[in-house]
Amino acid sequence: MTQADAAQAHAPLEPPRVPFWRAGWTKGALWQGALLAAFVWLAWSAVENTAENMRLRGVPTDFSFWWRPAGFDVNQTLIPFSSSSSTYGEAFLVGLLNTLLVAALGVVLATVLGFLIGVARLSTNWIVAKLAAVYVEVIRNTPLLLQLLFWYNAALKPLPNPRQSVALPGGIYLNNRGLFAPEPIFGPHFDWTLWALGAAVVVSLGLRAYGKRLRATTSRRPPMGRIALALMIGLPLLAFLAAGAPLAWSVPELRGFNFQGGVRIYPEFVALLLGLSLYTAAFIAEIVRAGVLSVSHGQSEAAAALGLPRGRALRLVVIPQAMRVVVPPLTNQYLNLTKNSSLAVFVGYPDLVQVFAGTVLNQTGAAVQVISITMAVYLVISLATSAAMNLYNRRMALAER
Amino acid sequence: MSEPHAAALSARNAEPARPPHVFVRAGGAPDLPPPGLVGGPLAWAQANLFGSALSAALTLASLAFLAWALPDLVRWLLLDAVWSAPDGEACRRPGAGACWAYIGAKLEFFAYGSYPREMTWRVDLTLALGAALAVWLLWPGARRKGLGLALFFGAYPLLALYLLHGLGDYARALLGGIAALTGSATLRDVARNALPLVPTNLWGGIFVSLLVATVGIVVSLPLGVLLALGRRSKAPVARFLCVMLIEIVRGVPLITVLFMANTMLPLFVPAEWSPDRLMRPLIGVALFASVYMAEVVRGGLQAVPKGQYEGAMALGLSWTNMMRLIVLPQALTIVIPGVVNSFIALFKDTTLVAIVGIFDFLRAVDTQRLDPAWAGPTISATGYVFAAAFYFVFCFGMSRYSLMMERRLARGRRH
Repeated sequence: MTQADAAQAHAPLEPPRVPFWRAGWTKGALWQGALLAAFVWLAWSAVENTAENMRLRGVPTDFSFWWRPAGFDVNQTLIPFSSSSSTYGEAFLVGLLNTLLVAALGVVLATVLGFLIGVARLSTNWIVAKLAAVYVEVIRNTPLLLQLLFWYNAALKPLPNPRQSVALPGGIYLNNRGLFAPEPIFGPHFDWTLWALGAAVVVSLGLRAYGKRLRATTSRRPPMGRIALALMIGLPLLAFLAAGAPLAWSVPELRGFNFQGGVRIYPEFVALLLGLSLYTAAFIAEIVRAGVLSVSHGQSEAAAALGLPRGRALRLVVIPQAMRVVVPPLTNQYLNLTKNSSLAVFVGYPDLVQVFAGTVLNQTGAAVQVISITMAVYLVISLATSAAMNLYNRRMALAER
Repeated sequence: MSEPHAAALSARNAEPARPPHVFVRAGGAPDLPPPGLVGGPLAWAQANLFGSALSAALTLASLAFLAWALPDLVRWLLLDAVWSAPDGEACRRPGAGACWAYIGAKLEFFAYGSYPREMTWRVDLTLALGAALAVWLLWPGARRKGLGLALFFGAYPLLALYLLHGLGDYARALLGGIAALTGSATLRDVARNALPLVPTNLWGGIFVSLLVATVGIVVSLPLGVLLALGRRSKAPVARFLCVMLIEIVRGVPLITVLFMANTMLPLFVPAEWSPDRLMRPLIGVALFASVYMAEVVRGGLQAVPKGQYEGAMALGLSWTNMMRLIVLPQALTIVIPGVVNSFIALFKDTTLVAIVGIFDFLRAVDTQRLDPAWAGPTISATGYVFAAAFYFVFCFGMSRYSLMMERRLARGRRH
């Protein structure tokens, strides 16, 4: 090595020369600017093209269709709806309410079933655990749409016609037109019963708070749960009897080719509710199983060492800790169920997608508006739920050490 | 023993004064009964089937359920089933079970839809190539996976497009024109002998289901990685756009995305660019799969320890090289089970493309049950059971694979 080389080697290193578009903040600003420009250009040209295409096809570009008469009928509605006097806006409402109805019922059914199956899969009973495992694997590994079609076309459609209905106990009839059940007819002063129930709930909440305070100060545990239960059954019953038992039943009867009277539950609704609940229950069962397994064995052993009986060890030690793991994915499943209820369109249940994104879109041709509104509805439901979930998670995180 | 200590002991042994509601066990616990059977099948049954009164009741109830359901199921699926028949006559007689003859008669339609029968070898070849590549990529010990990845994500889609779709008159004329201009004889021969066009409205059946799933996989992995990187990036514009796209698409059902792809996509582009009717749902499915993939990959990116990022930066790697060489290989290895799980979801979701008129496997099954030559009380159930078996084999297989990879990864990380 020559002297000059050595001098060069020890000279302070020059920072490498980098062109300005590859260094520092300019690099970030440049490519982000390019990204933004590309996005704006794409969005703008899409809007331009859409306006042009809509003009060419002569489809409406505003929301005035909302107030125009719909002119079609919907067979299952929660609000009054008629083809002659109702508007497209009311059709939207009908669909939305039907979606919410099936989602709410599905969530309740799926939760109950899912918890049962999840616990069954953890059971020490070999045969019960295996049956639960087979259920979960079969349901989770086949498409929901296939299950819906199966329930609707292969299970409910081949039921006998109304004249040969399957008679179930309690005056319930099952046939290929649906499920016919007695409908309660409420007489005058039935509202007394509801008021009494409300009062019982309020009193029970007060009792619960009092019982908690009593336990904290004196560690006595009065049987508040039983008192509350007695109140909630007894008070409404008293009010009901005082009003003179104002309740009658409208019983379905076969007249001609179909049943009259009573309440009719359509096979489309049954198939959708059944399919959604059974499908989601399998996923909830896995969540519950994972949640219970996530509580370390030491916790239940410690509870046993403290002398807690098995039931109370579960209720006071295991379940609260499992819930922390279970609740976030459980909410996800509720959201999935709500979104999956859009498969109603395949079995003909009039939900938001079937009524609004189907019939209304076809009749008005206002594709952009209708699809945007439909997506916005689901988006609002999803975002509201995940916001609530984040709140819950934050509260749970605070409870940790 | 010193005096004070002894006093303390005797005080403890004396009946302590305590509030009445505090429980302290006074005596010893009662003796447990001696253990019963400890080995053999009887002991196993006692422990696992009749451990308690409740357990015994559940066992009996389960056995009763099985005794009620299993014989009927076996009779319907196997004993009373019609295995071969020229038409639906034999399946319509009362008491007949599953009509497997119907599946046999319709199998070609279920597999290929209306794809011209003399050209189904093109579908078979495409599927075989795809299966070979998939095995190469998924086999844990296989070598040169980089080459496999390049083939699967680069060359295979183009080859599959050519094999399945063939060359239309337009492409043929274009190729012929180039051949005439350059005077190339080989190009002219290619243009003359290219595979004939099979329009997408003839495509259908299992191969369309697999096609939709494959397109979803091929697009969603790279796009999902990009979206996940964008969401984790420090650049506000990129992050905002990625978060918006991911959250919006994840917040809506796939059906609405398909509706949008079907009715709004043709409006977004100039009329002459309007995408093919099969292309539209493919775009919708690919977009939908990508945002879910992005969330899976994001989980992997977050699971890579911070020291890896810092080590890469300390080595002077650029952001691209840090991601390409250090972070992504680790992140993607971690998320293999998650990726496979989202493939399962994607494969089940491909059934929804039926809503926009694509003839996938399930739709093929669902329409054929109304064929007057076969229609009967057991045809619907037979078709659905067959379809369920098909989907189950695929999805269950993938989920077992995912479990196996999870165990392998856990084993690797233990050291």
